[in-house]
Amino acid sequence: MRVATAMRGVHYVLHAPQGDTYADLLFTMIERRDHRPPVTWTTFQARDLGADTAELFKAALRDAHARFRPEAMLVGASCTAELIQDDPGGLAATMGLPVPVIPLELPSYSRKENWGAAETFLALVRALVDRSRRPSPREGRRPRVNLLGPTALGFRHRDDVTEVTRLLDTLGVDVHVVAPLGATVADIAALGEADLDICLYPEIADSACRFLEKSFGRPTIRTVPIGHLATCDFVREVAGHLGLDPAPALAAAHARLPWWSRSVDSTYLTGKRVFVFGDATHAIAIARVARDELGFEVVGLGCYNREFARELRAAAAEHGIEPLVTDDYLEVEARIAALQPELVLGTQMERMIAKRVRLPCAVISAPVHVQDFPARYSPVMGFEGANVLFDTLVHPLVMGLEEHLLTMFREDFEFSDEAGPSHLAASHAAQHAAAQPQIRPEPVAAQAAADGLVAWTPDAERELRKIPFFVRGKARRNTEAYAAARGISAITVETLYDAKSHFSR
Amino acid sequence: MAAGAPRPVLRERGQREVFCGLTGIVWLHRKIQDAFFLVVGSRTCAHLLQSAAGVMIFAEPRFATAIIEEKDLAGLADVHEELDQVVARLLARRPDIRLLFLVGSCPSEVIKLDLAKAAARLDAGMRPRGVRVLAYSGSGIETTFTEGEDACLAALVPEMPQAGNLGQRLLVAGSLADVVEDQFARLFADLGIPADVLPPRRAGQLPPVGPGTRVLLAQPFLGATAAALERRGATVLPAPFPFGARGTEAWLAVAARAFGVSFDRFEAVVAAPRARAERALARHRPLLEGRRISFLPDSQLEVPLARFLAEECGMVPVEVGTPYLHQRYHGPDLARLPEGVRLAEGQDVERQLDRVRADRPDLVVCGLGLANPLEAEGLTTKWSIELVFSPVHGFDQAGDLAELFARPLVRRQKLAALAPEAAT
Repeated sequence: MRVATAMRGVHYVLHAPQGDTYADLLFTMIERRDHRPPVTWTTFQARDLGADTAELFKAALRDAHARFRPEAMLVGASCTAELIQDDPGGLAATMGLPVPVIPLELPSYSRKENWGAAETFLALVRALVDRSRRPSPREGRRPRVNLLGPTALGFRHRDDVTEVTRLLDTLGVDVHVVAPLGATVADIAALGEADLDICLYPEIADSACRFLEKSFGRPTIRTVPIGHLATCDFVREVAGHLGLDPAPALAAAHARLPWWSRSVDSTYLTGKRVFVFGDATHAIAIARVARDELGFEVVGLGCYNREFARELRAAAAEHGIEPLVTDDYLEVEARIAALQPELVLGTQMERMIAKRVRLPCAVISAPVHVQDFPARYSPVMGFEGANVLFDTLVHPLVMGLEEHLLTMFREDFEFSDEAGPSHLAASHAAQHAAAQPQIRPEPVAAQAAADGLVAWTPDAERELRKIPFFVRGKARRNTEAYAAARGISAITVETLYDAKSHFSR
Repeated sequence: MAAGAPRPVLRERGQREVFCGLTGIVWLHRKIQDAFFLVVGSRTCAHLLQSAAGVMIFAEPRFATAIIEEKDLAGLADVHEELDQVVARLLARRPDIRLLFLVGSCPSEVIKLDLAKAAARLDAGMRPRGVRVLAYSGSGIETTFTEGEDACLAALVPEMPQAGNLGQRLLVAGSLADVVEDQFARLFADLGIPADVLPPRRAGQLPPVGPGTRVLLAQPFLGATAAALERRGATVLPAPFPFGARGTEAWLAVAARAFGVSFDRFEAVVAAPRARAERALARHRPLLEGRRISFLPDSQLEVPLARFLAEECGMVPVEVGTPYLHQRYHGPDLARLPEGVRLAEGQDVERQLDRVRADRPDLVVCGLGLANPLEAEGLTTKWSIELVFSPVHGFDQAGDLAELFARPLVRRQKLAALAPEAAT
């Protein structure tokens, strides 16, 4: 569906039970598409089971062709239709439709979504590409490349394509075909006319690129331009293949990440421990950004797509850490809990895990929710993508620090709840003065006192509150344990500092 | 109540753009607080629940999917063993669970995995530990959206204790928001009617049922549940559904008549909340009056909601589509729909959209897969799922219900300058 929806003039007929149309929502809501995905569902029901589901499929295919007049059609079976064993490809072949009909074999009980998209794209390219077309002679024209891999529901694919197209333009290179996103059947047929293929998203385009390499005997650029350094590598690599000078493109005016990251304000980022998880391509690329471009320490690296486990393991080895290849979020959660990072970079799921364990987090990979299909321009690729990544990776930390400071100074007279907004200081002054001496006992203390265990004297309680909140709980526990062990029933300021010195040994 | 002359109904078959019954889990698990819903299905089922539950998925919810994999398709013996293991692990992890539903899906139904038998076997093992295990199907091949709740409640009916000879009791069937349930409980108490609810908030609180039980359906999609209750000797009272001031009054009046409540007492109890509801509705009426509305099939709430919008808000229903039309349960609302409404049961989505485009109603009630594309065509839409998730029944929600339909119209007015036709 992600491939069909990305393209123009292609219609997908999917043999599936009633209810599976829920998947339309992902495109109309999360990606906010203004058209229905070009997918017809047979939506069979229990009463249809038996001989006529095949007939139902053929009718759906015929109607979809008549209504939408696509230039090519895809046919496939959903997980349930796979079980009832109508053969969409075979059925379609008997119908003699006047357009290419491409059958998809997507084993839904062993493979997943990215694999399905890659397989669909490969099937489309294999069926529609015109093998006789070759690039025209280079004299008198700029070199041209294909950008392969962007789809519907891709994380920032829309803006990555724009950014990489601009980048190539500064290098003097034209984009011949972008596929599947926005491509027509004619575009796919013309893939052979480019000088070079660029595999932007290996999860989607790697198998199609391999096929093109074999068919046209030309190389694929596999460096993914995510991050400043990788973008530089990408530019040099493309320039090298096409015999161009990379210098003008590398001198691009808007590469702000290098200076932002070297400026003194970023010093506190040094050695921040980050955990990175997502699809393999984004996880590997962003781990490199984290280490080499922001000065973080990558303490965890993982991906959910087993197809690229080898690449991920190699990257983890380079960082000297244990790789994590799993699609079980509980495993990810356990690893995050064990590693105790200071920043989590991941998918929507890691954002929720981070929220639960109160860690700062940024989203760097699909699956994502609607807010990560933003209205504003926000690529992750190219030099502007690196700028976006700097902001994305640093903001949660700055905000984390802000929150930390605000909570730390919560009892400070200017920040307390009673103080009110500063521009209304005069009207709040009296109230503020009245509120000042009152100290509300923390619930734990009240409970302890009620239980008749150890009680805190008001002085000691006040002193405890001067300790930063993030170690206050520990100080309270230690002091109470110290007091209990010595039979002290009322904790004074003295007891507090006695305990502190006791435990600091 | 006489449904009058049978109205012509357009019956269609084709592509249906609807949810399957698994979706019911999303609200049912909030209602029965110690129940867990284990779907036995594919990654597609798990994905549907993820998409439908939105952020709820991150709140350690009480539902999950046991995903059928290739090795499970090879032979049936293993599947039962594996299911036992999954259930054992699940209950060890969530010791607070008292009721476990095994929920059937399309794949489990097609491979003829006997979940009823599995549930009975697991139930025998778990009962000593205070956990009941039941099964129902929420598959797309058998159920449409809210019918998942119907299947779930119908599975609970045999578990309800037998009522003794304590005379008549009222049973309100259908899950309602807690706040609405409490309002109805107060009204029935004031009317002197002893009332129970199905589903209960906790698994151990299933109400009794027997020949003295009079059932008032709170939701229009409970055909199987009503039939199961009748098999236990209960009597289902036909009534319009409690939407708006008049719908709620008529619904309560049916119960009042069955329990011999005097007219004066009834008036004394309903007068104040009815007046509140009418006041709240009056605010939205100027905007809604005369506006044409079409419903695409989704939840079976379409007929009673069209009744409410026509009768109480002055809207003009053009086409009212519903996945299923139960003449028996929808009859009282149908009888109150204006003449000339086009009724449609089932769906061929492409043809239905052609009719919507030809009708160009002021408001289209439809699912989220169609809403944005229709908005892009210049139609105003109200996404229908919200009507199932929001508290909309009863007197004190009447204004909120009207507001749900008014909001997209208000928004369109406010953003008129942004419309593409305004720019040209």
